[in-house]
Amino acid sequence: MGQGVLLSTGAEIDFMVHGVFSYELFGQEVWITTTHVCVLIVMLVLTVFSVIAGRTMKKAQEVPKGFQNVVELIVEMLDNMVGSTMGKNATGFRNYIGTIFIFILISNISGLFGLRPPTADYGVTLPLGLLTFTLIHFNKFKYQKVSGVIKGLCDPWPFWAPINMIGDVAVPISLSLRLFANVLSGTVMMALVYGLLSKIAIVWPAVLHVYFDLFSGAIQTYVFCMLTMTYISDAMTTE
Amino acid sequence: MEFNNNFILGCSAIGAGLAVIAGIGPGVGQGIAAGHAAAAVGRNPGAKGDITSTMLLGQAVAETTGLYGLLIAMLLLFVKPLLP
Repeated sequence: MGQGVLLSTGAEIDFMVHGVFSYELFGQEVWITTTHVCVLIVMLVLTVFSVIAGRTMKKAQEVPKGFQNVVELIVEMLDNMVGSTMGKNATGFRNYIGTIFIFILISNISGLFGLRPPTADYGVTLPLGLLTFTLIHFNKFKYQKVSGVIKGLCDPWPFWAPINMIGDVAVPISLSLRLFANVLSGTVMMALVYGLLSKIAIVWPAVLHVYFDLFSGAIQTYVFCMLTMTYISDAMTTE
Repeated sequence: MEFNNNFILGCSAIGAGLAVIAGIGPGVGQGIAAGHAAAAVGRNPGAKGDITSTMLLGQAVAETTGLYGLLIAMLLLFVKPLLP
């Protein structure tokens, strides 16, 4: 690698997923990677938070104070977001959308705390996209019935069906790739800054962290949840 | 015909550079979206919150095509699918 004065460094540029240890399962070598560890840490943080929140809400007071305020603020914000987007369809989805919102948000901003964001691994975002896909089609069959689904496929002409099918399959792929590529680009950018400019990377990368981790992460979380809600309420509307 | 690995790596790097040119489209698109949002706020300052969130949502969706280019570049540089 070419090295100028600024770029002189011994530090390795490192943003890939690493294996921590491997084990055998049915004759296959399976790796526990850094992504697994980071997801576990995120889950642990969320579990501890929710246990504490639940305990606070059990002895909730009429006039909220301290931690109860925070919990009520979060729940109210998520409820409002789902309610204003899905309208009358919102009832069953407040829990699910709120859960994935908090999970993706904490995953995205975990780069701030030195973890490799779990969402920068396609293995994490693809299942999220597939969950959305399953929900869309479950609700489509539930509300529009088989005849409605077939009618939707044959829109505007019957021979258009294959193209509509490709459009359906593209939804989870584009959803998951969008989230994955955004977080990955942030991770790569930060790794390049720390790896190539390690001598002068003091304090000012904080600005980049605010942009790549906080701003971009929050926007992408919002977009993922927003699109999920739009697609699901689209599937739930009958003519 | 036989190519050696360095040649393939060099061509992959050129391809990665070309793939990132995909960023032009989303840049133009996001600029247009932001311009129209600014015009909308000028016309109706009361709806600033709604306009901003709609603009950000649309921009994030428009960004996807540019990110596909970035993904191709990453694959070419780090996964090296063209190497035998």
